[in-house]
Amino acid sequence: MSAVSLTQIVKRFGNFTAVHPMSLDIEDGSFVTLLGPSGCGKTTTLRMIAGLLDPTEGEIAIKGKRVNDVPIHKRNLGLVFQNYALFPHKTVAENVAFGLNYRNVGKEDARRKVAEALDLVQLPDLGARYPKELSGGQQQRIALARAIVIEPDVLLLDEPLSALDANLREDMRVELKRIQQRIGVTTVFVTHDQTEALAMSDQIIVMSKGRVEQVGAPEEVYNTPASEFVAQFLGASNLLAAQCTDISGGEIALDLADFPRIIIAQKRAPKISAAGPVKLVIRAEKLLLRPAGTAPDGMLSVNATVENVDYQGQSARYFLRVGDHQMQAINMIEDHPFAAGAQVALTFRPKDCAALPLEVGS
Amino acid sequence: MGWSLIRTYTILVYLFMFLPIVVVVLLSFNANQFGSFPMTGLSTRWFEALWNNDAILRAFRTSIVLGLMTATISTVLGVLASLALVRYKIPGRNLITTLLIAPILVPEVVLAVALLLFLNFLNIGKSFTLLLAGHVIFTLPFVILVVQARLVSIRRDVEEAALSLGASPMQTFFSVTLPLLMPAVAAGGLFAFTISFDDITGTLFWKPGGIETVPTQIFSMLRNSISPEINALGTVIIVLTVGLPLIGVAVARILARRSGV
Repeated sequence: MSAVSLTQIVKRFGNFTAVHPMSLDIEDGSFVTLLGPSGCGKTTTLRMIAGLLDPTEGEIAIKGKRVNDVPIHKRNLGLVFQNYALFPHKTVAENVAFGLNYRNVGKEDARRKVAEALDLVQLPDLGARYPKELSGGQQQRIALARAIVIEPDVLLLDEPLSALDANLREDMRVELKRIQQRIGVTTVFVTHDQTEALAMSDQIIVMSKGRVEQVGAPEEVYNTPASEFVAQFLGASNLLAAQCTDISGGEIALDLADFPRIIIAQKRAPKISAAGPVKLVIRAEKLLLRPAGTAPDGMLSVNATVENVDYQGQSARYFLRVGDHQMQAINMIEDHPFAAGAQVALTFRPKDCAALPLEVGS
Repeated sequence: MGWSLIRTYTILVYLFMFLPIVVVVLLSFNANQFGSFPMTGLSTRWFEALWNNDAILRAFRTSIVLGLMTATISTVLGVLASLALVRYKIPGRNLITTLLIAPILVPEVVLAVALLLFLNFLNIGKSFTLLLAGHVIFTLPFVILVVQARLVSIRRDVEEAALSLGASPMQTFFSVTLPLLMPAVAAGGLFAFTISFDDITGTLFWKPGGIETVPTQIFSMLRNSISPEINALGTVIIVLTVGLPLIGVAVARILARRSGV
């Protein structure tokens, strides 16, 4: 039985459709991420599951029970917000105990549960403090403790890491995943950050403009994007116009100017069924720059000119020109990065390429 | 040179504003039976006379009861109105806000006459209830302004968090929204009380025969003669109307510091 299931839900605000018909089953105990840019409908979807918004159409079920008409305070959900939303007039312990007040939990039991929850988020000694005396990261841990202490059916996280600064965000990401696995609560996580989504999720739902673009495991979404949007939103991808000239024996042949013929497996291009114009997709991390004229076996090579370098310490992002194509590559730096103006060999493996059909309007 | 001129000027302005008040306070301790300088000695006899003046004590009681009732009703109505206007999408929200604030903008005399004419039209006579209604109309805008400003700063997601944890909307209001709103509620209530306590224009129009509030009592006493008792009464009122809001602000600050907002 799925923990949460959405059946053809739609949300309209006046004439604007925030979420187009969407169906989704979230497996019990899994960590599912709604990923997309702002305005893609991910938060609207989360708020509908929470009961903070009513879907215009469709059905929402939690643990197999239809909850469309169940108000939020009767849904037994844990909710964590971007801005922590702790109660400023209550101590940390009172904050965590808040949800237990509305459940049949005895005083002793409640005290024990609060202590356990604070232990779980590794802040056992802060019970007597007020939220404003804590750092952002600590506040978010308390917010998490407050949400899980009630043993919710589903934990809903609305960009919980976005307000934290970069280093802390990575720590919290690991921490959040650890806690989720430890208690095994079904979790729906909303983020616009692809790194968070890839690192934490069992399943990623990529959304754009109120529609689901792709549903899949992180690797699947990353390696085989189902649309141009997904290819570009998850990391930097190069999308090049190409011709599919031959499909045979489970392989596809792609031709494009200034490149040798590229043969890829058909499963890397599941949407292509006939010869014709297509888009070749290759990730910036999969393009390796080498000194001109040095290409190892098994790798395709093209001549490229470095136009610009974005130095990032351990790695560099190169802006390249290959014939008429503008391309990007992200490489680890071994000694020194290539300089702007350098002639290089741009090498890649055919199996790192994927192909998408041309999209209407693109 | 320039600065000392400005300083002198500032001092003169303050003297101009506060000297009359100082005179009233000083003369209230004057032993002489004519309320004028030079003072002939210190005495609290006018305060004693005040304490033994039944009419004034009655007026005082009326004013306090009226002030407290006005403050209570205005605060409750003001909080409910602010909640509705800030937290819910109501058609014509701006119009309603303007209408609720309007009593501040209309001259009090006009408002007073209007209410009186309206009640005449309805054939309802003057009564304490009418007086109370008038004061509520007049103080409500102040409460709404203060409470709305505070309510806007209380984040919606704090309330949503309470709801998600199982608190009903009503429980959420009493356990989260109201405590966070408390400084504004206290300030609004104090405003309402002091404005009601001070009011004379509207009160003169609305009060039924036989009921006097402190300001109208002073007014009628002044028509006969200027008794030093009035100085004493003035001193008491100054202490009340200046002291209460100050205490109120202090309490609000302490509450706000505790709640960390």
